Amino acid sequence: MIQISMPLRQALSKLTLPIFMVASFGLMLLGKADALLAERARMAVADALSPLYAALAEPLSVVHRGIEGAQHLATLHEENARLREENDRLRRWQAVALALDAENATLKAQLRWIPDPAPSFLTARVVADAGGVYARAVLLSLGPNHSVARGQIALDDRGLVGRVTELGTRSARVLLLTDMNSRVPVTLEGSRGRAILAGTNGPRPRLMYWAEGTQPAEGERVVTSAEANAFPPGLPVGVVRYSTSNVPEVVPFAQLDRLEVVRLFDYGLKGVIPPEASVARQSERRR
Amino acid sequence: MDDRTPGIRPRQTVGRRLDAMARWVFPLAMTVALVLITSAPFRLPGQAELQNAAALACVWFWSVFRPLSMPPPAVFLVGLLADLLDFAPPGVGVVTLLVAHAVALRWRRSLTRQGFLMIWLAFVTMAIALAAVQWLLTSMLTLRLVPLGPALFQAMLAAGLYPLLAVLLARAHRTIAEPANA
Repeated sequence: MIQISMPLRQALSKLTLPIFMVASFGLMLLGKADALLAERARMAVADALSPLYAALAEPLSVVHRGIEGAQHLATLHEENARLREENDRLRRWQAVALALDAENATLKAQLRWIPDPAPSFLTARVVADAGGVYARAVLLSLGPNHSVARGQIALDDRGLVGRVTELGTRSARVLLLTDMNSRVPVTLEGSRGRAILAGTNGPRPRLMYWAEGTQPAEGERVVTSAEANAFPPGLPVGVVRYSTSNVPEVVPFAQLDRLEVVRLFDYGLKGVIPPEASVARQSERRR
Repeated sequence: MDDRTPGIRPRQTVGRRLDAMARWVFPLAMTVALVLITSAPFRLPGQAELQNAAALACVWFWSVFRPLSMPPPAVFLVGLLADLLDFAPPGVGVVTLLVAHAVALRWRRSLTRQGFLMIWLAFVTMAIALAAVQWLLTSMLTLRLVPLGPALFQAMLAAGLYPLLAVLLARAHRTIAEPANA
């Protein structure tokens, strides 16, 4: 160890705090100036922790299921009656859907319609909540040689979840459509009007910028729109509900607070790529 | 370490030194472990806020009672880890924790004489002030007005969490984390 005189040592120990304070402000500036570096650091931490999370996810989901099962036991009777009623209703709708599907197929055959290519997808487990105080996102655990790319679209069994925004070697982060930074071009299914679905960090994202004359109606279904080439058309998003302050919001179909497994679809869309990726592209171009 | 207290001491063997080192590192290790545990997928409502609140409470406790084991580099490390796990703008958590550390260092002599209630009240006041700082910095760095609600919720959570943690930490402070016991 280096021998330092007592006063010097005291002076140095007094300086540590100011030095680290300055360093933290420097860190803030660095994070702002080089978003890619901050993203790499975050994904490195997420990559390191994702096997741990994945190992934890299994027993924890058993616990969650146990709790849910116990809660369901209490409402078993009413739930059963409701499901019977819903099942009858869905059977009628299934008949309608099959008839419409057949009709659609014959019409498409007559029109020589070019079918959309079937998208490839892979399924990944949600291992952790990758959101924070001001973000809504989930972390997926992927194999070491995955083919996931930024901008791929995540769906659960019911509807749109969000998009892949950050990629690590063994994990990916999906920004949920409820996040403050999420903007999804959508179509109002009843009026075919276009709008933008903007996340608020709350459970219900908000509809914005609909055209005059296509006011979103209460209970209207909302699907994705192909505008801006970021999403394929027609993915189910949610249902319009007006808030108490009369703002049109969307209740997502996807169960965003209890995601366990999501499917990542590769539609090959390169319309809008998240900002981090465009930074990476620029730096590639510079080389 | 004990240059100032005269007396007969046991010989400094390797094992004893390792023991003292482990006890010295305990506060930092426990804080990091707590931050990592609160980032695990428990799906608790408000878990992100809980993580920051736990980090703040730990840094405050150790900065007041054992600042030698929670020096500025350790605080910086904890804040950086919390920021990276939280996907927050890097540096915001670091600054708030360092401010908490600085406040604790400045007032620790008078606070430790006042007893638990005063320490807790000071902590609550500081947590609310830091919520405002966090909100301001996040708004500045993301270039948008983020809601103040989550930051205040985090401060309240920290206020509620502190007495619980303080009971455990005070016990650890006297037993596991005491280098003199080595």
